[in-house]
Amino acid sequence: MYEFEHHKPASVADAASAMKGADDGKLLAGGQTMIPTLKQRLASPSDLVDLSGIAELKGITVSGGTVTIGAMTNHAAVAASADIKSALPALAELADHIGDAQVRNRGTIGGSVANNDPAADYPAACLALGATIHTSQRDIAADDFFTGLFETALEDDEIITKISFPVASKAAYVKFPNPASRYALVGVFVADGPAGIRVAVTGAGQDGVFRVPEMESALSSNFSADALANVKVSADNLNADIHASADYRAHLITVMAKRAVAKI
Amino acid sequence: MATVSMTVNGKSVSGEVEPRTLLVQFIREQLHLTGTHVGCDTSQCGACVVHVNGDSVKSCTMLAVQADGSDVTTIEGLANGDTLHPMQEAFRDNHGLQCGFCTPGMVMSAVDLLKKNPKPSEGEIREWLEGNICRCTGYHNIVKAVQQAAQA
Repeated sequence: MYEFEHHKPASVADAASAMKGADDGKLLAGGQTMIPTLKQRLASPSDLVDLSGIAELKGITVSGGTVTIGAMTNHAAVAASADIKSALPALAELADHIGDAQVRNRGTIGGSVANNDPAADYPAACLALGATIHTSQRDIAADDFFTGLFETALEDDEIITKISFPVASKAAYVKFPNPASRYALVGVFVADGPAGIRVAVTGAGQDGVFRVPEMESALSSNFSADALANVKVSADNLNADIHASADYRAHLITVMAKRAVAKI
Repeated sequence: MATVSMTVNGKSVSGEVEPRTLLVQFIREQLHLTGTHVGCDTSQCGACVVHVNGDSVKSCTMLAVQADGSDVTTIEGLANGDTLHPMQEAFRDNHGLQCGFCTPGMVMSAVDLLKKNPKPSEGEIREWLEGNICRCTGYHNIVKAVQQAAQA
């Protein structure tokens, strides 16, 4: 790890000004991606602005058909939340299967969404449920937020404060985890909620999370796993690596989507 | 350099660290508590698991400055004098270890499991221990140990 300065501001405003004052500052949430990245010297920020001391970034509220999760809320807290389990159980279940128990005790929803790892789980939930990402500067619809591989609409000094999910009447997430890393080789989140019927795929796309319009229209006329059986997803623009070819990932998208619908 | 203060195994400690110092480095190299191991150093194997404010975490994937002000428990903090913690006793009774390298992390992880889920099924134990890798025992006796500790 290269050297850096560590800051631990007590408010979002102070965090934003610490970022502005830094040559090449990075935000530190739970650190479950950031710290391994620093260890491998894949990043060398001059300053790390640690968000863990900011009380306003933590907590879960469910009201008026919306689940709102503070950016620094860890995965274990989302998985264990009785309110989320009752309002949007698919989201609690997704959180309960991120990484392993120790990663879930540290990793945060804000960190996951801001990082936009192409194999992360939360981006699929955000896109399928039509979430809103609230930041220190504005509100961003999930549709406009995930812009590419590890890329988001966030500006350099912009800090995610919370994420709100409209409660969907039907929702399920199924993933095929890499047996070693537990990252999704393919993960599919299917939802029928205020944002309509949506199918969002993580783990597979070269540009990160994406929707499958053919599946959405098939489910609109017949919301059943059978309706997806003949929807073939093209392998163009899908990831290929030592774990799975693009063709295999394309195949898994249909299988995972069918399983998700069958679970609902 | 930064000054960090925390409670480790019930004792107040403080030290000067670089911001880039990992919690596990602080525990092993400054506090000389070498029961916490470094295995993979990539957040996967779980040999470095300790408890921070009651939750199990991988201390190779946390900075010492992030633990400032926290309550930390390491494997050295489990036994009461010569009396082993029931989880340690169960690992011994069930031959839940061979080389012992992964054991501190396994035990710390399993203790956190039983705190949150006092009567886990075999499947829940195996799922919880996903973040702890053992190269000797094949996990079977580790799972039996956790089951015994859950009865204790």
